[in-house]
Amino acid sequence: MIDAIGLIKKYELGGQTVRALDGVNLRIAAGEMVAIRGPSGSGKSTLMNILGCLDRCDAGTYRLGGEDVSRMNKDALARVRNRRIGFVFQNFNLLPRMTALENVELPLLYSGGRATKQQAVTALESVGLADRMHHQPNQLSGGQRQRVAIARAVVTDPAIVLADEPTGALDSHTGEEILALFKGLNAQGRTIIVVTHDAAVAGHCAREIYMMDGKVRT
Amino acid sequence: MMIWVILKVAIRSLWANRLRSVLAMLGIIIGVAAVIFVLALVAGAKRQVMARITALGTNLLVISPGQRGTGGVMSGTQQNLTLDDAMALLQGIPTIRDLTPVVRGSVQVKHLNRNTRSNVLGTAVTYLPIRDYEVEFGRAFSEAETDAAARVAVLGPTTADNLFGGEDRIGKIIKIKGISFRVVGILKAKGDQGFFNPDDQILVPYSTAMRQVLGLDYIQEIDVRAREGEDLSAIQAQATKILRHRHRLLESEANDFFVRNQAEMLRTAGDISQVLALLAGGVAGISLLVGGIGIMNIMLVTVTERTREIGVRKAIGARERDILRQFLIEAVVMSGSGGAIGVAFGVALATILASVTTFQPYVRPESVALALGFAAAVGVFFGYYPARRAAKLDPIEALRYE
Repeated sequence: MIDAIGLIKKYELGGQTVRALDGVNLRIAAGEMVAIRGPSGSGKSTLMNILGCLDRCDAGTYRLGGEDVSRMNKDALARVRNRRIGFVFQNFNLLPRMTALENVELPLLYSGGRATKQQAVTALESVGLADRMHHQPNQLSGGQRQRVAIARAVVTDPAIVLADEPTGALDSHTGEEILALFKGLNAQGRTIIVVTHDAAVAGHCAREIYMMDGKVRT
Repeated sequence: MMIWVILKVAIRSLWANRLRSVLAMLGIIIGVAAVIFVLALVAGAKRQVMARITALGTNLLVISPGQRGTGGVMSGTQQNLTLDDAMALLQGIPTIRDLTPVVRGSVQVKHLNRNTRSNVLGTAVTYLPIRDYEVEFGRAFSEAETDAAARVAVLGPTTADNLFGGEDRIGKIIKIKGISFRVVGILKAKGDQGFFNPDDQILVPYSTAMRQVLGLDYIQEIDVRAREGEDLSAIQAQATKILRHRHRLLESEANDFFVRNQAEMLRTAGDISQVLALLAGGVAGISLLVGGIGIMNIMLVTVTERTREIGVRKAIGARERDILRQFLIEAVVMSGSGGAIGVAFGVALATILASVTTFQPYVRPESVALALGFAAAVGVFFGYYPARRAAKLDPIEALRYE
């Protein structure tokens, strides 16, 4: 599913060049649930951005489902993000002034086809929020918000769900529930990648990729 | 993304910041209200002037003596226009359908013990069709009566009311400057025109008026009506040539008479209103520009505030053009609704003015369309830069923005 060879990403920081990714080789098979763990500054966020097609690497090759996405233009990357990747963020990133249902519909509106409300309803039902569909984010608890975010991530039926510290803003009990939800998605055959600094969270995943100084440690 | 979804989002986000949106729209509102109101004034004035000019008659050329350089109203006018001039024009220009000499004077009129001041107008019978008058009761005086300088009169309805009140008028004798005239007809009312009342005058044969009432051997005006479909300016040129010849004017001398063409008068009125409209447009343009800057300012603030939202939208698959379109539409919705509110204010102002004064401003549909179109264009123009800035945001930076 994911096949990355020799990924290099450089940043200019105060006149010095920092290698955030320094030759990362990575292979994740379809249907895996993988944790990417490492201390802050290890390059795990940069890796996630590139795997999520939010950013492009300076050198190396990144194949997603057999397709080289490392040289795609911005519009093509937007399309990949829309169709094949679902994002879940630490702070939920739901849009205010929109109901849960409208938030979940959003990716469908950008996918060009006819937005079917039914798809969004189904996605919300699958995360157990059928009765909160018409609530706005500020009327929902943290756990509920993250469920809405997960529904939004899977509504276009992407092969991969990328979660960046998905439990970071939640208490441990709610965090467990969210992780259970990810496991359920994984059981349906979806590839899950969780980026975290928390070993306990990483422990829920079948495999852990540990990042240090822009490199993968095995 | 479907347009109505973007519209919904745009309206909701403007509604969430109502006060700010209204303040940002204020420039557009005032600008559009001003342009609608001023254009309504100009269009109303133009309609009024046009109506007056048209009421004077159609296909009309008016020839009058020239000014004598200095002096007052009467003494300033030359006395060089004669009945022979009128005859020469009628015989010399085949495209003239008919014409009438005109003399006029302000006179005292009496019937028994009733007394009024009115204008006596000495004309040929052709005056009525040329100037678009109709006889309502009785008849007009005949050509025979004109040739015989008969003492017959056709009264305007206002004059008739002043002299007779409700009683029977036809056949009655009135005294104009002490001379007895028989009333043969009453004109149909035309309505007051503001600067003169066509219903308050007395028509008598020009021969009678010149010799017996006013004591003139010259005439004060020749009204010429062209044949159907004939070119007025061609007749104007021919008439000028004939009169110059008859008045023995040298090549170097200016005309000692005026030939006014009704189409010309209409054109002049039109030109003046166009200049006024342009002036109003210029002023409105400036305030729309200021309004546009206000909108750009608010859109820049909005884009900054919603950086995170832009990041999220990009992460879930929005392309640059999707973001650009969203913010552009938001700016256009803002300027467009500002325009709509402005139109409402402008129309309200015009309506209020119409109800408290006799002046009737006229809001032309075109000027509403123009103002709205302009307001929307301002939104596109001034919304483009902020929207482009939003579209170009880096998704990672945007998602990290606090």
